[in-house]
Amino acid sequence: MYMVLVLFGVSLLIFFLARVMPGDPARLALGPEATQEQVASLRHKLGLDRPLYTQYYVFLRGLFKGELGMSLITKRDVFKDLIQRLPATLELVMTAMLIAILGGIPLGVLSALHKDRTIDQISRIFAFAGVSFPRFWIGIMFQIAFAYILGLLPITGRISGDPPTRITGLYLLDSLIARDFPAFVDSFKHLLLPSLTLSLSPLAQITRITRANMIEQLRKDYSIVMRTIGMPEVVNIYKYMLKNAFTSTLTVIGLLTGWMIGNAFVIEQVFSWPGMARYGVNSVLRNDFNAVVGVTLVIAVGYVVINLIVDLLYGYLDPRIRLKR
Amino acid sequence: MTVLSIANLKIHFDTIDGTAKVLDDVCLSVNEAEVVGLVGETGCGKSVTAKTILGSLPMPPGKVPDGKILFFCDDLLKLNKHDRHRVMSEKMSYIPQDPMTSLNPVFTVGEQMGDLIRWQGRRRVGPLEFLGLRRGRHNAVAKAVKLLDRVEIPAPKEIVRRYPIELSGGMRQRVLIAMALIGRPSLLIADEPTTALDVTIQKGVLTLIEEKVEEEELSVLYITHNLGVARRLCNRVYVMYGGAIAETAKTKDLLRDPIHPYTCGLISSIPKLTGDEFKGIDGRIPDYIDPPTGCRFHPRCPQLMPICGQEKPELIEVKDDHLVACHLFSRGGGR
Ligand SMILES: Nc1ncnc2c1ncn2[C@@H]1O[C@H](COP(=O)(O)OP(=O)(O)OP(=O)(O)O)[C@@H](O)[C@H]1O
Ligand SMILES: [Mg+2]
Repeated sequence: MYMVLVLFGVSLLIFFLARVMPGDPARLALGPEATQEQVASLRHKLGLDRPLYTQYYVFLRGLFKGELGMSLITKRDVFKDLIQRLPATLELVMTAMLIAILGGIPLGVLSALHKDRTIDQISRIFAFAGVSFPRFWIGIMFQIAFAYILGLLPITGRISGDPPTRITGLYLLDSLIARDFPAFVDSFKHLLLPSLTLSLSPLAQITRITRANMIEQLRKDYSIVMRTIGMPEVVNIYKYMLKNAFTSTLTVIGLLTGWMIGNAFVIEQVFSWPGMARYGVNSVLRNDFNAVVGVTLVIAVGYVVINLIVDLLYGYLDPRIRLKR
Repeated sequence: MTVLSIANLKIHFDTIDGTAKVLDDVCLSVNEAEVVGLVGETGCGKSVTAKTILGSLPMPPGKVPDGKILFFCDDLLKLNKHDRHRVMSEKMSYIPQDPMTSLNPVFTVGEQMGDLIRWQGRRRVGPLEFLGLRRGRHNAVAKAVKLLDRVEIPAPKEIVRRYPIELSGGMRQRVLIAMALIGRPSLLIADEPTTALDVTIQKGVLTLIEEKVEEEELSVLYITHNLGVARRLCNRVYVMYGGAIAETAKTKDLLRDPIHPYTCGLISSIPKLTGDEFKGIDGRIPDYIDPPTGCRFHPRCPQLMPICGQEKPELIEVKDDHLVACHLFSRGGGR
């Protein structure tokens, strides 16, 4: 219920912001050569000459039918455009998050256990680099190193041949469902560099947070007591302390996933990844208001869903939250 | 046979205000199947002593400038991290002082106890076991229930499914006692384990420890500030003041015939039910950063002599098994 309210508020906000963006979308779409009459007729066709509240009503009605209005660039309904591009972005973001979590947590634990020793110092340098180097630069460096010089991985795109039969739109999943193993490997190779590039900054942040949380856990009375009464170190660290540490890392992971969706466009641009983020940026530049609203709405839904998942996981991981309810 | 023997142990802490010289030449020993009490007022360094033996004192800020801790034949302070952990988890057990912070809040009691029962003292745990894909979990929880029953927790089958925050302080304390009795330790270090419990349950716990001592030849270092408990349970008692041992003797001798002025004060400060006037010891525990010179007790001592502020008294035997660190009894002393 709360989520529906949030989304309604977001839709309202985005809608009006997109309408007050400077520049006339009809004029931009038709170009400087178009006559006054042509522009006026397009404005009428798009409903731009009607009062704002009527426009919003029409927009909401469309939303329930799965329509977001026509895109001025592709001349198709924005909803269809998004459905086509969203899976690419999802695949990219999810893979990147997976890399960030699987890399960041063990690295954070190791740094905490070897606090201020070599491993920790290396991971610290790595973390600073991961956060501070611009992503487009890292992406291009990866392309030069792995694709151009070593020739191991493709430079751009999602897949070399035809995409597998579309079921989810996630090529990895679709190719598995179709048992098309070569397509799986190929799309995996394409996915590797962009997702790695996108994952670096979150990976670095997760490493640092996990390290800090683990250091705190190592000092806790219960960790010391468990160790003292003979719990094997492995279990004490990777089961008992990590669960506690992960609970507070989770919030950050949620936020970072949102951040990734918002920041995927640089990566999509560099790697010619046919995703939603690139589409969003292009529509902002061309003042394609329906597309802007659509993309923003999807990102908002993404945030809400991620928050919900994080909350549910929280309750599952920490009885103190669960029992309070 | 001597299980544990501590000689001239010093512990310092680095603090912002300077070095806190908390333990000052502690000497202490525990024999096989013996229950040894360690008593003293709050802040005198009892828990620090226990944690040093167990190797759980955070270092830094703590450090050991001098001393020896012999456990059977091993000098614990010289062992490397792994060997020390092995010795400790195989042969020692511990009941921590603070039940509120000593249990992991995000695991159920049964899970924590079950894992200890299955894996205590092991160095490696296979990945399948770790993920709980092997059998044995069920038996472990059943054993946990049995152990909880022995510490007289009501409805132990319920308790294993509960999280520590759902338990009262006394219940957590008993969970910790049950945990400490998993396995067959040679030495149990109990840091005020019955402070949070009421008298009847306290009695049950003491009986349980007594049984363990008899059946398994367990040795116990029992820390308490309650001389009544010490009288009931301990064969021998060490009285600690300001980070040093003031006096030690068989419990009976010590209570009947204390000779250190501090012990005398301690015993006379036990409130009596008869309503006699309550006599305490004036003053407070010393400041460890700038401790009194000579005997650390001398600023509070009713029988102060000139030498007390100058020289540190040594722990010497004045009667059979009765040692005291006081200038009144040292060579060339008052008596
Ligand atoms: N990490 C530390 N840093 C500095 N000082 C410490 C540290 N740990 C303990 N101390 C000091 O050591 C002294 C003895 O503490 P300890 O916990 O051993 O007291 P205790 O005898 O167990 O008292 P209680 O009966 O209240 O448990 C205290 O003055 C305390 O301030
Ligand atoms: Mg204490």
